Amino acid sequence: MAKITFITSDEQSITVEGNSGNVMELAVKNKIKGIDGNCGGVCSCATCHVHVLPEYWDKIGAPSELENDMLEFDENISDHSRLSCQIQVTDAIDGVVLKVAK
Amino acid sequence: MSGNNTVDKTCLIIGASHAGTNFAFALRREGWQGTIKIFDADSVFPYHKPPLSKAYFSNEDSSQVDLLFPKENYITDHIQLHLGKAVTLIDKEKKTIALEDGSIEEYDKLVIATGARPFIPKIKGINKAQNLYPLRTASHAIQIGEFIKTSKNKRVVIIGGGYIGLETAASLKKLGAKVVVLERENRVLARVTAPEMSNYFHTLHHQNGVELLTNKNVVSIENNDNGNTVFCDDYTNYRADLIVVGVGIKVNTELAEKAGLAIENGIKVDATAKTNNDHIYAIGDCTFHYNKHYNRFVRLESVQNAVDQAKVAAAAICGNRIEYDSIPWFWSDQYDVKLQMVGLSTGYKEVIERVELDNDKSRSVWYFKNDELLAVDAVNNPKAYVLGRRFIKSRQKINKTKLKDTAIPIKPNSFL
Ligand SMILES: Cc1cc2nc3c(=O)[nH]c(=O)nc-3n(C[C@H](O)[C@H](O)[C@H](O)COP(=O)(O)OP(=O)(O)OC[C@H]3O[C@@H](n4cnc5c(N)ncnc54)[C@H](O)[C@@H]3O)c2cc1C
Ligand code: FES
Repeated sequence: MAKITFITSDEQSITVEGNSGNVMELAVKNKIKGIDGNCGGVCSCATCHVHVLPEYWDKIGAPSELENDMLEFDENISDHSRLSCQIQVTDAIDGVVLKVAK
Repeated sequence: MSGNNTVDKTCLIIGASHAGTNFAFALRREGWQGTIKIFDADSVFPYHKPPLSKAYFSNEDSSQVDLLFPKENYITDHIQLHLGKAVTLIDKEKKTIALEDGSIEEYDKLVIATGARPFIPKIKGINKAQNLYPLRTASHAIQIGEFIKTSKNKRVVIIGGGYIGLETAASLKKLGAKVVVLERENRVLARVTAPEMSNYFHTLHHQNGVELLTNKNVVSIENNDNGNTVFCDDYTNYRADLIVVGVGIKVNTELAEKAGLAIENGIKVDATAKTNNDHIYAIGDCTFHYNKHYNRFVRLESVQNAVDQAKVAAAAICGNRIEYDSIPWFWSDQYDVKLQMVGLSTGYKEVIERVELDNDKSRSVWYFKNDELLAVDAVNNPKAYVLGRRFIKSRQKINKTKLKDTAIPIKPNSFL
C-alpha cells in the first residue's frame, strides 16, 4: 500500500492510497485535476506530467530514455519531471508528493 | 446556464465511449448539479479503443479491456450509465430522445457522441465469409483474439493497410498468425501519410514476416469447407481462416440527420461543439468541426479530438466559455515501433525526412506548405514530436536547410 499526495495547479493537496497499477491510473480514479492520461498510459501524450518534489526524487527514480525524450522539450519540464503513467504504484513510493504539471 | 442553477436540469449523452464518458466527468467538474445520463448501444463497460488493435492481443485474459474510468467514479459522480440501450430518435421540438425499447427520456441539454462504425465494403460474398470481422469494438477484438488463440489454422487476411489494419497485422503476427495485408492503393497508409512513411512501414512489416501487398483490389470472397478464399481483381487469391476488414469508417450521423441538424461530412458544430440547435452539442468522431489553427472545418478520428471537444462542450454548457483550439495529435504502436503524429498534413507541398545520425531507428517526416510547418510524423522520436507540436503551435518559421542536416540534432533552437 502506498500513500501518494498530489498538489494540483490550484494548490489543493490530495492524499490517496493505492496498491497496484500506475500513478496516472490512481490519479484518474481519484479525479485529480490536470491528470488526464489520454493515451491510456503508453507514454504517447504527456497529459499525465507531474513534478516530483525534490526530496522524493530518489524514491521515484529517473525516467526511461523514451519517457525522457517525451519530457525534454516539454514547455513545462523541471529537473524532477515524470510522466505518471510510467511510475508503478508500489510500497517503495509510499509517502511521495507530486505536483501536477500545467 | 451556469453550474449552480442546474439542479433540476437533465443532460443526456448518446454514446459512452471516449467522447461521451470524458464529457460526463468534465460536466461534473464544471459544476453541473443536475442529472447526467449516458446511453450506449454497446453493452461492454466503457473502454479504451486504441489498445484493441495493439496491446489488447497480448493480454492473457481476453475478456480484459482497459476501462476508460473505474466503475466507482460513475457512482461517486452520479453519472447514470445505461448500457446496451440504443437511441432511435431525437425530437428537438419536444427535447426528448426515444430508446429502442420504446421509452422516452427528456433533456435540457443533449450531447451526441455517437462516433463511427466500421465501413463494410460491398464485396461479393462478404456476407457469407467465415470469421470475418471489422475492428471497432471490444466484442470484435475479443472474437478475433479468441479465434487466433484457439484455431489450429491461423491464416489471416487483412483487407486495408491503414493504421488499424497494420496494427492488427503486427499484433496477430506476434500471436503466431500468418498474416497477409491487401491494400488497394499503391502504398499503405496512403490516406494519412507521405510516401516516405508508407515505405518505412512497408519495410518494417516485411522484416517482421507480414506479407504486405499493394494494388490489391479485393473483388470477392468465397467460403469453403476449409476457410475462405479472397480474390483480387488482378486474378490473384489468398486463403484465409480469419479476415479482418479495416477499410475505414462511416460516421454515425443518422440520428442527427433525422432530427434536422446541420450535417456536412459529420455533424457540424461550432468552436464550442454546439450544433445548429442551441440545446444540442456533438463531440468526437461524429463531428465536422472548426479547427482554429488550420482555419478550416475538419473531421478527425482521434482520442485527442474526442477528449478536447468533450471538455469544450462541458464548459460551454456550464456557461464557462472556452473555444476548441487544439493541434491534433495521434499515435500508433506497431511491433516495438512508436509512431507519434501532430498536426494536419493535408495540403502539404513538401516533406523533409530526417533519419537521426546517432540512431537510424529514430526518424521523422516534416510536412510543409510553403513556409508553414503543417505536421510532423515521428517514429521512435518523441523529441521531434514534442518540438514539432511546439513549432506548429507557435507557427515558428523553420530553416529547412538546417532541418535537412542531420548533423544538427533536434533541439528547440536548432532550426531557427
Ligand atoms: C482499433 C482502434 C484503434 C485506434 N487507435 C487509435 C490511436 O492509437 N490513437 C487515437 O487517437 N485514436 C485511435 N483510434 C480512434 C479512437 O478510438 C476514436 O477516435 C475514439 O474512439 C472516438 O471516440 P468517440 O466517443 O467519438 O466515438 P466512438 O468510440 O465511436 O464511440 C461512439 C459510441 O456511441 C455509441 N452509439 C452510436 N450510435 C448510438 C445510438 N444510436 N444509440 C446508442 N449508442 C450509440 C456506440 O456504440 C459507441 O460506443 C482507434 C480506434 C480503433 C477502433
Ligand atoms: S498517459 Fe499518455 S503519456 Fe502518460
